[in-house]
Amino acid sequence: MPSQSAAKVALVTGGASGIGRATALRFACDGASVVVADINANGGHEAVGMIERDGGQALFVQADVAKAADADGMVRAAVQRFGRLDVAFNNAGIVSAGVTTDALLEDDLDRTFAVNVKGVWLGMKYAIPQMLAQGGGAIVNTSSIRGLVSYGIQSAYSVSKDAVIGLTRVAALEYASQGVRINTICPGIIRTPGNVNYWKHFPQAEQDWLKLIPLRRYGTPEEIAEAVAWLCSDQASFVHGHAMLVDVGTTAE
Amino acid sequence: MGKGQFSGKVALVTGGGSGIGRSASLLFARDGARVAVADINDSGSEETVRMVEQSGGKAFVVHADVSKAADVEAMVRATVKRFGRLDFAFNNAGIGGKGVTTVEHTEEDFDRTIAINVKGVWLGMKYEIPQMLEQGGGAIVNTSSIRGVGAFPRLAAYVASKHAVLGLTKVAALEYGKLGIRVNAVCPGVTVTPANERFWAQSPREKEDRIKIQPVGRFGQPDEIAAAAVWLCSDKASYVNGHGMIVDGGFVAK
Repeated sequence: MPSQSAAKVALVTGGASGIGRATALRFACDGASVVVADINANGGHEAVGMIERDGGQALFVQADVAKAADADGMVRAAVQRFGRLDVAFNNAGIVSAGVTTDALLEDDLDRTFAVNVKGVWLGMKYAIPQMLAQGGGAIVNTSSIRGLVSYGIQSAYSVSKDAVIGLTRVAALEYASQGVRINTICPGIIRTPGNVNYWKHFPQAEQDWLKLIPLRRYGTPEEIAEAVAWLCSDQASFVHGHAMLVDVGTTAE
Repeated sequence: MGKGQFSGKVALVTGGGSGIGRSASLLFARDGARVAVADINDSGSEETVRMVEQSGGKAFVVHADVSKAADVEAMVRATVKRFGRLDFAFNNAGIGGKGVTTVEHTEEDFDRTIAINVKGVWLGMKYEIPQMLEQGGGAIVNTSSIRGVGAFPRLAAYVASKHAVLGLTKVAALEYGKLGIRVNAVCPGVTVTPANERFWAQSPREKEDRIKIQPVGRFGQPDEIAAAAVWLCSDKASYVNGHGMIVDGGFVAK
């Protein structure tokens, strides 16, 4: 089988760390040139360095996905540097405070929606015209199992991830007949640097969250990256508008 | 021994005599697995085996009516006897609906649909899982349908059966995930299978009407469904368990 994304160009938001970084590396491993977009420049340059050390091609673009000019700029940068854009992984996201609805602050909700929802929409808004001009492409947006189930807390995050599934379905239907496939990935609880850092401050959380997973095993960023890579490959040619669960059965219960 | 990610592995495919099951048999074999092709239709299975062998793979025919416990048990036994193990099972055999209302369904049709589509999947897992446990793990994919996540008029028994496949899949995923067996389902949209082609040959207008409501403007190909099933069996899907993967060109997103 030929390399799945040979000579292709992929854009990954939130590419500086965690699932985004693992996916950027996975795309590069398949031969794609990768634009690593993130607000975090240090992590972004590090990811680019890792890809280049492995003989791949990558470019870091600093971008706040909640800002239209930045989202426009990252797509432009991809095309300017690598000539095209075949794959976009709109993955950048933030978590809102772990509080109940009455304690949620307006600023927190606004920022969560701006990054997680508007950021995904802006990513699609600028990537899709480029893909249409080329005759097709594949987009994956990062939702979460929290877009499907509630843990009775952190409503802003849950609703934002639910909205990602909705945005994805609408866009998938709009462009299905024009060669742009758009899907969502719904990771379970993953051992990301963000979570690991949180567990350092709240060690009990690492044990408690594990109880939410029937199989008692956290996922790795690489396991999500594999699913994203498959969804973006030609193997998934009939997969459109799907919310793919990668949660080892956490939401099956 | 074949090369590829499934080198040394053994796959069992029910409904392997045609359509999605045949495609999956070929894809498993292409990636190095030896394949047990099970079907009630032996001539179809023989053709699938011939195609696998032509591409340099190894496969053999198992005659099985998946709704019969003795057949399913024998099918797993035959696979292990022939190839020594069982790593992947694609419980894919199924029958379609009659296109009649809930009231018009006959008891015989209803029972037969449930027997093949639901009991057949359960029996498959019942006999496959112990073998996989003995080996320390495996992966199972069951064929549900877009009718497993949404309803459609005049398909009561079929819709019920495909919903049940998702339920069975999730229960087994929770029961055996910890023991190294992942269990998932594929939910195909309308696919160009021989069974559908026979149906459309009789009702060409039905085919046109169905195509009009596909977001991508076409039906799925068996290879596109099989690709999802085979990927779900691979180690690349190591954190995917209890999932119903929808492969439908966006049909249920509407």
